[in-house]
Amino acid sequence: MCGIVGLFLKDPKLEPKLGAMLTDMLITMTDRGPDSAGIAIYSGAKDGIGKITVQSAHPGVDFKNLDLDLKEAIGKPVLMLVKSSHAVLEVPIDQIEAARSALAHLRPSLKVMSTGDCIEIFKEVGLPKDVAARFDVSKMSGTHGIGHTRMATESAVTTMGAHPFSTGSDQCLVHNGSLSNHNSVRRELRQAGMTFETENDTEVAAAFISHKLHEGDSLGHAMEATLTDLDGFFTFVVGTKNGFGVVRDPIACKPAVMAETDEYVAFGSEYRALVNLPGIENARVWEPEPATVYFWER
Amino acid sequence: MQTFDLGAEGLRALNSSLHALKGQTNMTAWEVVNPKGAHAIAAGVDAPVDITVRGSTGYYCAGMNKQATIRIKGSAGPGVAENMMSGTVIIDGDASQYAGATGRGGLLVIKGNASSRCGISMKGINIVVHGNIGHMSAFMAQSGNLVVLGNAGEALGDSLYEARLFVRGTVKSLGTDCIEKEMRPEHFEILEDLLKRGEADAKARPEEFRRYGSARQLYNFNIDNASAY
Repeated sequence: MCGIVGLFLKDPKLEPKLGAMLTDMLITMTDRGPDSAGIAIYSGAKDGIGKITVQSAHPGVDFKNLDLDLKEAIGKPVLMLVKSSHAVLEVPIDQIEAARSALAHLRPSLKVMSTGDCIEIFKEVGLPKDVAARFDVSKMSGTHGIGHTRMATESAVTTMGAHPFSTGSDQCLVHNGSLSNHNSVRRELRQAGMTFETENDTEVAAAFISHKLHEGDSLGHAMEATLTDLDGFFTFVVGTKNGFGVVRDPIACKPAVMAETDEYVAFGSEYRALVNLPGIENARVWEPEPATVYFWER
Repeated sequence: MQTFDLGAEGLRALNSSLHALKGQTNMTAWEVVNPKGAHAIAAGVDAPVDITVRGSTGYYCAGMNKQATIRIKGSAGPGVAENMMSGTVIIDGDASQYAGATGRGGLLVIKGNASSRCGISMKGINIVVHGNIGHMSAFMAQSGNLVVLGNAGEALGDSLYEARLFVRGTVKSLGTDCIEKEMRPEHFEILEDLLKRGEADAKARPEEFRRYGSARQLYNFNIDNASAY
């Protein structure tokens, strides 16, 4: 199984409520995936500032003076906000790569969840309600966000095996299903220069799309290519800095429901996840067609 | 009229009240409010009652239904009326995948579209869809009638046994061993009756449909092919 929820806001008035809406949707999907949960939130980019979200198994040790150490290493200002096992580090946007390299040296056990202008990813093992509370997701604001509740099939129940996966700047992907050719695709992507943190099938799908985007493909084309190059069952929901996309494999046995109003586009693995959204009674509600790419960009 | 607030009283209370109705009852009209996409609403009912669900439902609504008339005033999630035995299920909106799967009897009416695998392995149920149906519908369907006023997706009737498939619109592709067949007088009669009972007689006429059925090449053992087995 696994549960997916997503929201792409069209009406800026809803932005302060994004985290609260996504939290409610995520918790509704608990019985589709009680192993672990995660959320990617896109909030307004600050001029010249980039964000690195990191995770630690020992936050008390790893995050102590991390901002000071990183500032010294890159010679630029660093702002750190710790949220439980995760920390968001703000650095000048042109320093993201330098900061990543420095982090690998300063705190080798840290895991990088995401980097970019506006993405933050928080994910952990545990019930969705506990994970959401741990990171205070309900208080987060933003323009769009994607959440996932996981029932693991392809790899171990670990923080790094939880979704969303981010394999490119401001990019993320969540998945319901399982891929059967991920090992060969991973091998090809490694040869093309992509790096992988896990043996997880979903990370391969994320990297596949990131690689296509890096080569200059549009989000729509990159998602289209998953239909020919990835084998297995999938409903993917993809986030980029200004976009939100959905694609299902041609067999389409993994459920998906979408709703659209003038205020938002919403995705849920089941209609249950959408029932508390404002104006849902009058929303256009439909099931995305098999082998069809849907995406919205602002 | 018994009104049941699913949000306040919960699914188990609803279904155990409905299961307690056996045979004759004077509580013949039920209304379920606040369904909010919950699973298994009114599954396993075995009584001649009318149940109206005010909103959209999740997985397996009206599953295994016997005798009851169940109306869904919204859309239905996967597996609506799965393995229905008798009675009627009418959905005002769309139905998700495998609507009416394995159904043995009764009538399932979908006023919107049905997605993939509609009527998969149907065994005697009648299904009337006012809109379109998705891919792999009526896969291995054994008996009963599937009537589609709109279009059918890929691989209609793959590995079909003896179910009759009537489609008014286009068929994207036929599955293995499914072929178009002639419309005989008895087929017009079946359609006349099902369109009426399916609340679709104002929308379509029997002569507008084409019939598809099994070529019977796949499920009969053919001695000439023995070396291939």
